[in-house]
Amino acid sequence: MSTQTLTKPMLKIEGLHAWYGESHVLHGIDLELAEGQLITLLGRNGAGRSTTLRSIMGMVDRREGSILINGEEFITKPAHRISPDARIGFCPEERGIFASLSVEENLMLPPTVGENGMSVEELFEMFPNLANVRKRMGTRLSGGEQQMLAIARILRTGARLLLLDEITEGLAPVIVKTLGRVIRDLKSRGYTIVLVEQNFRFAAPLADRHYVIEHGEVIDVIEAADVEASMDRLNHYLSV
Amino acid sequence: MDPMIRLILAQGMLGLNNGVFYAMLSLGLAVIFGLLNVVNFAHGALYMLGAFLALILYSNLGPWLGLDALHIGFWPALVLAPLMVAGFGMLIERFLLRRLYKLDPIYSLLLTFGITLVLQGVFINFFNASGTPYPGMPDSLKGVVNLGFMMFPKYRLFVIVFSIIVCFGTWFIIERTHIGARLRAGTENPELVKAFGINVPLMVMLTFGFGTGLAGLAGVLAAPIYSVSPLMGANLIIVIFAVVVIGGMGSILGAVVTGFSLGLIEGITKVFYAPASNTVIFLLMVIVLLVRPQGLFGKHG
Repeated sequence: MSTQTLTKPMLKIEGLHAWYGESHVLHGIDLELAEGQLITLLGRNGAGRSTTLRSIMGMVDRREGSILINGEEFITKPAHRISPDARIGFCPEERGIFASLSVEENLMLPPTVGENGMSVEELFEMFPNLANVRKRMGTRLSGGEQQMLAIARILRTGARLLLLDEITEGLAPVIVKTLGRVIRDLKSRGYTIVLVEQNFRFAAPLADRHYVIEHGEVIDVIEAADVEASMDRLNHYLSV
Repeated sequence: MDPMIRLILAQGMLGLNNGVFYAMLSLGLAVIFGLLNVVNFAHGALYMLGAFLALILYSNLGPWLGLDALHIGFWPALVLAPLMVAGFGMLIERFLLRRLYKLDPIYSLLLTFGITLVLQGVFINFFNASGTPYPGMPDSLKGVVNLGFMMFPKYRLFVIVFSIIVCFGTWFIIERTHIGARLRAGTENPELVKAFGINVPLMVMLTFGFGTGLAGLAGVLAAPIYSVSPLMGANLIIVIFAVVVIGGMGSILGAVVTGFSLGLIEGITKVFYAPASNTVIFLLMVIVLLVRPQGLFGKHG
């Protein structure tokens, strides 16, 4: 199994606690993944999956524990140093497209964090829809276009670790399918990916491992090979 | 030319001359409000500070240093004084305002109001409240130009042209450049901009510096026209806030267009009913607030 052979994890989180103001939302998250792997964070709304990503990015009021990325500790880094130093690309919930910026401006906004980022031409090849709307303002895009833009702009930066939050939410099945192809493509190019996903059917064929989060804790870890045998458990976790 | 038209044009030019100060000051306020969500009440005082720095550089610095012949003139002051005001603004942001962002915006408004009172108090103490003329107007800008319908002071014409360039330049930087895109993004969602690896606190400090620097620049430009007095900003800031309300809080284009237009309207009102020229702006403000509360160029909310 891949966890056992994990000698040098790219991302290793131990005992991560996080707070929004006074409210304690993560109660000791543990997870790890090796370079080139894809994990999902599953769970119900409000379980703490998005907060886990936001904690990695330093977007919570307070965080404790340990976040090692390529062996370097990030728990005390200021928020604006995390993405450049860890080469992370973050795609937030609700996509985070800036309404007052054009498609091109949104694309060029995040600073470069490493070499070998995709060029604008490559990105327009990967997302042909975006090429036709490059001068349009962020607000005047469809949900699918916004999502593609949100992914494209972090691929431009040269990030190698991608944190993707609910990328299929509210999108038409045909676009979800396209996104599935994109994620598979990215994985084959060696990107390391953390996927927060509500749509298990979307996530299941992509992931190496699933972490089930509830009340701000990891309550179960299921390897891709064991998904079949664990369907009852999974259904129980994910049922509303 | 018909004397009436001539009069309207002449008053319009004089009004426009006031309008440039409305535009530059409300532009600075808009830039600051957009990114920091701070209503900078100290803007008028920083304008006054800019004017005083120009005066001090010309008249006082030499004697203070024992170099009676030292007069730092208008052109160097046009660069130095705004930079000094911007530096002062950045200190205010870094050490005072920054502590208040998590609180209700009323706190930062009160703080900047307090700074206004302190600055006014200091200058009333060391200079007098009545005002000092600025003696450093450059010779190249003395005299008048014939505009066809009136003789117009060369210096005032320079101020109008120069301010239009500054306002357009600021608009261009914010709306059309990469730096401006970062600013606009920071206005919308600072948390995400930070997560992308942009040093937002630094950007906020520089933006506040830029906005206050604009106030300082307006102050230097005003020095040769109006007398330099500790209360020159206090008289203006009320009109500026009316301009901002009419244009729409935080709108760059709104601040510039409204600033120039209201100056014009104020000037032309003088032709028809002079006593109303001081109140026409506030009358317009009331109408705008009733009909379009977000301002002429403002977005909803």
